[in-house]
Amino acid sequence: MSDGTATATAAERSERTGTSFDIDWVRRNGVFVALGLLLLANVFLTDNFVSTGTLRLQLVQVAPVVIVALGMALVIGTEGIDLSVGAVMALAAALIPLYVGYGSVGAIAIGLVAGAVVGLIAGVLVGVVGVQPIVATLGLMVAIRGVANLFGGEIKSITEPGLVSLGTGDVAGVPYVVVIAALVSLVVWLVVRRSTYGRQLVAVGGNKLAAQLAGLPVRRVLVTTYVVSGLLAAMAGILLAARSQASDPTKLGQLIELSAITAVVIGGTPLSGGQVRILGTIAGALLMQLITATLIFHDIPDSTAQIVQAVIVIAAVYVQLGRGKARRS
Amino acid sequence: MSTTTVDPATSNAPEAALANRARFASLVQRQGALAIFVVVVAVASVSFDSFASQGNITGIAVQASFLAMLALGMTFVIMTGGIDLSVGSVFALGGVLAAWGSQHGTLAAFVLPLAVCGAIGLVQGLVIARGGLPPFIVTLAGLLFARGLLLLLSDEGATTYKVPRGSSFRELAQGELLGIPYPVILVVVFFAIGGLVLHRTSYGASVLAIGGQEDAADLMGLPVVRTKVLTYVASALLAGFGGVMIASYTSSGVTILGVGTELEAIAAVVLGGTLLTGGAGTVLGTLVGVLLLQVIKNVINQIGSLDSDWQSVVSGTILLLVVTLQRVLTRGDRT
Repeated sequence: MSDGTATATAAERSERTGTSFDIDWVRRNGVFVALGLLLLANVFLTDNFVSTGTLRLQLVQVAPVVIVALGMALVIGTEGIDLSVGAVMALAAALIPLYVGYGSVGAIAIGLVAGAVVGLIAGVLVGVVGVQPIVATLGLMVAIRGVANLFGGEIKSITEPGLVSLGTGDVAGVPYVVVIAALVSLVVWLVVRRSTYGRQLVAVGGNKLAAQLAGLPVRRVLVTTYVVSGLLAAMAGILLAARSQASDPTKLGQLIELSAITAVVIGGTPLSGGQVRILGTIAGALLMQLITATLIFHDIPDSTAQIVQAVIVIAAVYVQLGRGKARRS
Repeated sequence: MSTTTVDPATSNAPEAALANRARFASLVQRQGALAIFVVVVAVASVSFDSFASQGNITGIAVQASFLAMLALGMTFVIMTGGIDLSVGSVFALGGVLAAWGSQHGTLAAFVLPLAVCGAIGLVQGLVIARGGLPPFIVTLAGLLFARGLLLLLSDEGATTYKVPRGSSFRELAQGELLGIPYPVILVVVFFAIGGLVLHRTSYGASVLAIGGQEDAADLMGLPVVRTKVLTYVASALLAGFGGVMIASYTSSGVTILGVGTELEAIAAVVLGGTLLTGGAGTVLGTLVGVLLLQVIKNVINQIGSLDSDWQSVVSGTILLLVVTLQRVLTRGDRT
C-alpha cells in the first residue's frame, strides 16, 4: 500500500527480467512518455504535421485549457474540485462586450474581477463555511451560467482592435494567446515550487487537520486557491472570446471543467490532494489536445474520438495508480 | 469521517442541549428541501391561478419523472461515497437505443437499452470496486464513452430514430391510469422499491455501511465489491430506463439530451439531504429535491416577464443556500 513496497516490487521485477526498466519511473512520467510517443508517431504518420501552421493551431487551441487546468491543478491539490470554471469563462466573456466602452484594458479588468469574485464566493463556501467543493462549485456553475446568459444574452461580436489583436496577434510568430499561457504556466510553477503559499497549499491538501494544528492559515489558503482558479478561468474566457471575436455565453467554456480535470489527473496530480504537478498538468492538456487532433487528422469521427479518449483516461489513471495499489479517492 | 467531537469532560446539561441542537440540525439536513418546497408551492399556488391547476401539476410531475429516475440511482451511488457522472450520457444513450429498438418491436425497445446501459454500469462498477480507480474519473470516462457510442449509433448525431406510429411502446410514457400518467406511477413505484431496498435489505445496509467507513465495512466482512458494482449497475439501469421513458414520451431518440443532467441529479440528491461523503441519506429526500428543482423551473416559466435564464440562477442559489444552512447547523458534528 505504501510507496516503499511498490518500489521494492518494481525493483524485484526489473531484477528478475534483467533490465533496468523502472516501472515506477514510467508511472510517474507516463504523461510525458505518452506525449513524446504520440508526437513522434504524428511526425511519421501524419502528413503536414511538422508545419508551423499545424503547431500554431494546436497550441492556440490548447492555451485556454492549459490556463484553466493550472487553476484546477491548484484546487485539486487542496483536495478540492472546481466545476464552476466553464461558467466563469462564459461570465467574463459576456462582460467584455458590455464594458468595452472603458477600453480593452478596462473591459478585461472587469472580466477578471468578476472571475475573482466568483472564486471568492467558492473559496468562502469551501474554506470558511465548509461546504464540499463539488457541491459549492456545482451550485456556482449552474447559477453563474445563468448570470452570464442574463448579462450576455445572445452572441455578441467583439470588434475592439485591442481585444482582436490580443486574440489573433502574435509576437515573433508566436500567438499572444500561447505566450500568455506559457507565462501563466511559469508563474504558477514558480509559485507552487518556491512560495510559502505553494508549500502551504500542498500541506492543506495532504491533511487539513494536521495543517490546521501546525498553525497554517488553512482558510486563507483555500480561499486564495479558489480565487486564483476563478481568475485564471476568467482569463481563459476572455482570451477565447478575443480569439473567436465573439462571446456566446450559452456555449463558451461548456464542459471545459471536465477537460481541465482530465488534464490534471492524467498529468499525475491525484484527486485526493496533497500534490500538485504543474508540468504534468500542461503535458496532460497537450496530450488530450494531441489525441483529439490526431484522430481528426486521420478522419476519425467525433464518436470514435470520444470513445478513444474515455479508454485513454481510464488507462492513464490505472497505470498511475498501479495494479491493486490504489484505494478509493 | 463522521466522528462526533464531543468533549468527554462536558456535563449532562450541555450534552442535552447539544443533542437537541444535533436533532434540529439533522432535521434541517433531511427536511430543509421539503420546507422550501412547501413554501415555494404555497406561494406559487396563491400567486398564479394556473399553478395549482391539474394540468400544470401533472405537467410538473411528468417532467420531473425522467430526472427522478437518474437521481434515484445517484442517491445510492452517493450513499456509498461515490459519484456517477455518466448518467446524463447513459440516459441519452438509453433513449436513442430505445427509439431504435422500438422499430424492431416493443420488447427490443426495453431489452436493448437496458442491456447496453447495464453493461456500461457493470464495467464502471468493476473498474471502481475492483480496480480501485476514483469514481469521479471512471464515470467521467463513462460520460465520454456513452456519448461517443450514442454518436456512433446516430451517424454522429445526424439521425434521430423515430418510434413507429401505432407502436405499443408509446404507451409507456404517454398512457395513463385513472388520469395519472404512467411515468409518474413508475417513479412512485421505483422510489418505493428504492426505499424498501435501502432500509429493509442487507444490500441497503451494506450501501450505508460502505459509505460510512469503507475499510470498516470491509473488515466486518460485508461484500464491498459486490455492493459497489451492484450500485453502479443499478444507477446505469435507472438512467437507461429514464432514457427509455423519454424515448416513449417524445416518440423519438433525441441525441442532444442529457448534457449536464448528471449535475442536476447530483443537485437533487444533495438538496434531498444525502451527504456527499456517503453513509447517510433517504430516497424520499431525493424525490423532494427533484420536485423542488422542477417546481422552480415551472414557477419561473409562469412569471412571463422573467428570462428563463433565471431558472439556473435560482436553482443554483437555492442549492448553495440549502447546503450552507445544512453545513452551518451541523457544524461541529462532522469533519
